[in-house]
Amino acid sequence: MSVYHLDLLSALGINILLALSVYSPMATGQLSLGNAGFMAIGAYVSAILTVHLHLPLFPSLVTGGVIAGIFGILVGFPALRLRGVFLAMATLGFGEIVRNFFMNFLGRVTGAAYGFRGIGDTPISILWIWSWVIFFLIFFFFLSRSRLGLTMLATHDDDTVSELIGINIVRLKIGAFGLGAFVAGVAGGLHAHYYLYTEPEFFNVWKSIHMVLFVIMGGMLTFWGGVFGAGVFTLLPEFLRFLHDWRGAFFGVMIIGIMIARPYGLLTREILQFDFWLPGQRKRRL
Amino acid sequence: MSGKPMLTLTGVSKNFGGLLAVNNLSLNVHKEHICGLIGPNGAGKTTVFNLITGVYPCTKGSILSEEVDLTRLKPYHITRLGLARTFQTIRLFKNMTTWEHVMVGQGFRPRSDTRGIFPFSRTRERNLRDEAKEILVLLGLWEVRYRKASILPYGIQRKVEIARALALRPKLLLLDEPTAGLNIQETNELLKTLNKIHELGITILIIEHDMRVIMELCDHIFVLNFGQKIAEGTPGQIRVNEQVIEAYLGREE
Repeated sequence: MSVYHLDLLSALGINILLALSVYSPMATGQLSLGNAGFMAIGAYVSAILTVHLHLPLFPSLVTGGVIAGIFGILVGFPALRLRGVFLAMATLGFGEIVRNFFMNFLGRVTGAAYGFRGIGDTPISILWIWSWVIFFLIFFFFLSRSRLGLTMLATHDDDTVSELIGINIVRLKIGAFGLGAFVAGVAGGLHAHYYLYTEPEFFNVWKSIHMVLFVIMGGMLTFWGGVFGAGVFTLLPEFLRFLHDWRGAFFGVMIIGIMIARPYGLLTREILQFDFWLPGQRKRRL
Repeated sequence: MSGKPMLTLTGVSKNFGGLLAVNNLSLNVHKEHICGLIGPNGAGKTTVFNLITGVYPCTKGSILSEEVDLTRLKPYHITRLGLARTFQTIRLFKNMTTWEHVMVGQGFRPRSDTRGIFPFSRTRERNLRDEAKEILVLLGLWEVRYRKASILPYGIQRKVEIARALALRPKLLLLDEPTAGLNIQETNELLKTLNKIHELGITILIIEHDMRVIMELCDHIFVLNFGQKIAEGTPGQIRVNEQVIEAYLGREE
């Protein structure tokens, strides 16, 4: 494979992880526009660990993910009081705080606005990224088929009623937020170590919006939707190169078209209602 | 007639910024009874349900279920203690099938939440499935189990709500106007179903406007008006109670 294809595949893998990181809180009805912040935390923490403390890559990635997850839980608590656009604005604020922090502080360690160089000691191959992708896909697959997955859907649909059928929605929502942040943190670590360089500007609001777009376009009611959305949005621009300057505009038109034709995203639960995709369903006999 | 109370409200009041929705209400729901809660619109019946299930905190008073104080508990905690309810306006999960409604109801019985994620513990899962099947058959929902509940006919949606509540294996079932919007045939069917549920040993507290349902079903009736209990007793006693006739039932000309 050429470098071009490898880069595309690694971008696809990381985008799938980012889509899952947005899907997790969204599955419980929380829209997070700050996941680039968690990604940044994962990227910087893991890079500091490998570069300055010479730790092996795997524990660094996990530590980056865990610390991002802890921040996710901390953000999750105030997020409980907010809904919809208000939550989106608050998380967006969080993402910007993180980006500005790495822009202006820790300059000696991370290079601040100049970017974090010298991650090259521990280069990783695309296999690293895709093992994590496969791990999380399996995890979300089992989650989606479990009763816990169903309770997440219940909370997404109506959290008052969910609480009245015995679901501890506080724990569930914060857990989902933390899980999403963890996935984003791991994705950030992989991103930094694959590209051997990182800088605060990678993690701006656009990054967060992109991730949310994967999930909303792909379908937010099943994790396959986010995965599919990440695939479409990573690969399609490459196939549209023949459009030259019109590529961006065409892309925008496509987004609007999808939202009109399939307001719940490309993949919905109905489409996936086969033998084994969803919990407790044998083949549909109608 | 068993004498033990399943649910005891003592001096319960609820104030909504100056509006006294429930005023010093005390009542006892006995084990394995079917109790009715009736009264004119705005009498505070649904508020009482919301207080029992912890949706609102009580302003004053205490609520006990089998010697457990529910007054300060969270809704999910109260539900796990065995109090399940349905809603006056149907509130189903719009993306779920009928079968999933029952599964999600079962899912959070103690400790099943964390284990459900792993593919093992198959026997337990099989037992829960058998139980889900029983509930669906009991309510006549077996045929529509793979259909999205939110697109089913109104009368069937009411049953899905009851199925979800039953999946919690309640000791006490709180039904908020289960026959609202049903035709006579559907109401009769529901009456039969409620009797069957009662035979399973489940105590029922029911809010209802259809007097025929109340009189046929209930062992004991509480009458509310302006947040206060104005009468209680057997259907026979309530039917002839002067105050109740004045406030709610109306006089025959």
